[in-house]
Amino acid sequence: MSDLLLEMKKLRVEARGADGATNAIVNNLDLRLERGEVLGLIGESGAGKSTIGLAAMAYARTGCRIAGGQVIFDGTDLMQEDEETLREMRGVRAAYIAQSAAASFNPAKRLNQQVCEVAIRHGVMSEEDAVARAIELYGKLHLPEPRTIGRRYPHQVSGGQLQRVMSAMAMTCGPDLLVLDEPTTALDVTTQIEVLATVRELIRQNNNAALYITHDLAVVAQIADRIMVLRYGELVEEGPTTKILNDPDEAYTRELVSARKAVVKPRVQIVLPEHPVIAIRDVTASYDGKVDVLKKVDVVIGKGETVAIVGESGSGKSTLARVVTGLLPPHEGHVEFNGKPLSRALKQRSKDDLRRIQMIYQMPDVAMNPRQSVAEIIGRPLTFYFGLTGQKRDQRVLELLGQIDMDPVFAERLPGQLSGGQKQRVCIARALAAEPDIIICDEVTSALDQVVAAGILKLLDRLQKETDIAYMFITHDLGIVKNIAERTVVMYQGDVVEQGSTLDIFTPPQKQDYTRKLIASVPEMRTDWLDEVLRERGDLFEIDARGRT
Amino acid sequence: MLNLLLRRLALGVMTLWVVSVIIFAGTEILPGDVATAILGQTATPENTAAIRAQLGLNEPPHERYISWLGGFLQGDLGMSLTSRRPVADQIGFRLENTLLLAAVAAMIAVPLAICLGLVAAIRQGTVFDRGISVSTLLAISLPEFFIGYILIFFVAVHLGWLPSMSNVNARMDLWDKLPLLILPALTLTLVSVAHMMRMTRAAVISVMNSPYIEMAELKGIRNWRIVVQHALPNVLSPIINIVILNLAYLVVGVVVVEVVFTYPGMGQYMVDSVSKRDVPVVQACGLIFATVYVGLNMTADILSILANPRLRHPK
Repeated sequence: MSDLLLEMKKLRVEARGADGATNAIVNNLDLRLERGEVLGLIGESGAGKSTIGLAAMAYARTGCRIAGGQVIFDGTDLMQEDEETLREMRGVRAAYIAQSAAASFNPAKRLNQQVCEVAIRHGVMSEEDAVARAIELYGKLHLPEPRTIGRRYPHQVSGGQLQRVMSAMAMTCGPDLLVLDEPTTALDVTTQIEVLATVRELIRQNNNAALYITHDLAVVAQIADRIMVLRYGELVEEGPTTKILNDPDEAYTRELVSARKAVVKPRVQIVLPEHPVIAIRDVTASYDGKVDVLKKVDVVIGKGETVAIVGESGSGKSTLARVVTGLLPPHEGHVEFNGKPLSRALKQRSKDDLRRIQMIYQMPDVAMNPRQSVAEIIGRPLTFYFGLTGQKRDQRVLELLGQIDMDPVFAERLPGQLSGGQKQRVCIARALAAEPDIIICDEVTSALDQVVAAGILKLLDRLQKETDIAYMFITHDLGIVKNIAERTVVMYQGDVVEQGSTLDIFTPPQKQDYTRKLIASVPEMRTDWLDEVLRERGDLFEIDARGRT
Repeated sequence: MLNLLLRRLALGVMTLWVVSVIIFAGTEILPGDVATAILGQTATPENTAAIRAQLGLNEPPHERYISWLGGFLQGDLGMSLTSRRPVADQIGFRLENTLLLAAVAAMIAVPLAICLGLVAAIRQGTVFDRGISVSTLLAISLPEFFIGYILIFFVAVHLGWLPSMSNVNARMDLWDKLPLLILPALTLTLVSVAHMMRMTRAAVISVMNSPYIEMAELKGIRNWRIVVQHALPNVLSPIINIVILNLAYLVVGVVVVEVVFTYPGMGQYMVDSVSKRDVPVVQACGLIFATVYVGLNMTADILSILANPRLRHPK
């Protein structure tokens, strides 16, 4: 009993909508967390995970309200305490680590000012002691130049470093409880490992209790003792990590587990296409004329083929898409389309060239006009490219809706009335409406939950079989590449590090160190994965020292 | 960043030059001729020609422009046509008065507006917040002459605390002038505070939903400290801009207030000169106003650049 640190009883959190109606985002939730224990909260967006994490600190976001239940922290019910008592507890006894460090640091203040603020303002330490403590923590978290890094501004350090500085900020007062809200989601896979390892080390050293919130089961598997699976603000299943991963009771949990492991199709094709749809020849491109973002990139994509372009942020993969679409004319090299050279710039391309190359984006929300109905959105390319109007157009829209497995009733809906997955389907239908030869898919599943993303991948696969369309599939998520692409191109800082059949690239031993490191960094669904990777680190992870300040 | 600052500075100078051309051209194409305007009824062709020669009006316009601008840069603003005295002598005293009034008004209005804005942001949605919003809106909705007369009516006439006329003269020192300045300065404060206060409040509230503010709350930082130390530094740029815009108004747009309080400032002088067709005075006033306006706006931009940590401390 004495080990119990946090207990929630029948917690209910309500959100007030724009129309004034309230709906529960967390309902009737019981939670127990002991000292030194790490509890993983997992679920898709809208499951109420973050809300629960914040409720552990008796905090609710603007427009939300903890409407009922108890939050008992170390024996006191926080719901009965006044705002001042809660303020004194926050930051000292319970600390929060947020998803996006870049957004969670005040851009106008130096790191040390923000890290030390907690201890100084709560009267726990003097300013000198706080700075000394910060430096000590920076060292423990393997930040470079721990003595001086705190004098920098947030924009002067990298994303991974900032995430670790935030961990230091949370640890300054030695809190009993840490709430970690998707602390690695915004990071590249290789950076994710570093942060994951340091966070875990920290929790173990200090014997904190922690709530670890994530949508990624493979990540939480490395760090949590116990997992709670949530959906629509309610508990689906709770159990020890190994049990949830290997032998879940509930169908929903099984779906979550299999979404990661889902194999859409094992693809085998090693020969390069003889008559490629798109051939990118020795393309060098830059935004400012000084720094080359792409360096002599050479990639071909054949009819009915999927080529994955993978790499971390800054590798140049989205820039490659901009070159193919003509948004960024390359200053060396060219792009061939069905054997003929394509105009470098968008404006010089013929309408037919434009029609044959379509694009699907990461954020379906911003890629659609929120005031146009689904029928208008899908119908627009039909009118623009084929001159279809009236009944013929409506007929074709319904056909396309059928192709993306959506009911005809959706034709009259607005984007705001659709779920994330449905929006992305509409974007796919819009691209399909132009009857293209190739679709560039730029991180099309990154903004979606895993189960939904798996559905989108299945759809893309089926459409390819039906129409023999080619995909240029840009992603940082190596987990899905195996399932969708015949060939894979690995990029790093504007260079093609390696390209070949996906099977070859993913089958060890990898020829290139960087590829090996990238693939090794993809979390796997077993609890000992992180330990194993860290043991093997050595020279594999030394690439990291380059190019990062 | 130095590059950016220099570019902004050059742009300001360019703007001023363009303004000087426009002012010169504008007064040039005004209907009527200065010579006939001066002579009025007594204008004969000979007289007119003599005056034209005396004023140099027979020179081609670009040469007159160059000598006018050259003189201006050296502090020679030309001769007033009506009083036949150097414009610089007459303007000096009035410019001083206008700047003094603007300074006094700004010293009351700017800190008051920012403080009210911050308090309104901290207590967002409370009675206090709404009270400030409504009363400042009310003040900005009333014409400034109305506010001026209301103040005169209550403070000067009824209570008799302060004089109703602010007719300062050159022999008074600052301490003599200050009591006369209070009412006009108060009028200007009332009409300019709302603008700045609402902007401060809106700017602060716009960042209060940022993740870094939530983070500060979760660190257990006090509310007022969050507003002052975390929100304010990130919204300096829009606040600086709106403050400077209001300062420019205090210098350039105070004609009505000057008339109400019969305060001998620049605005009143310029309006008088326009009706008397005193072209050199109009030109000089126009260019001085433009300089103040452009200068203040440039200052705002430069301060905005300096307030941006990304520009101050590049990677």
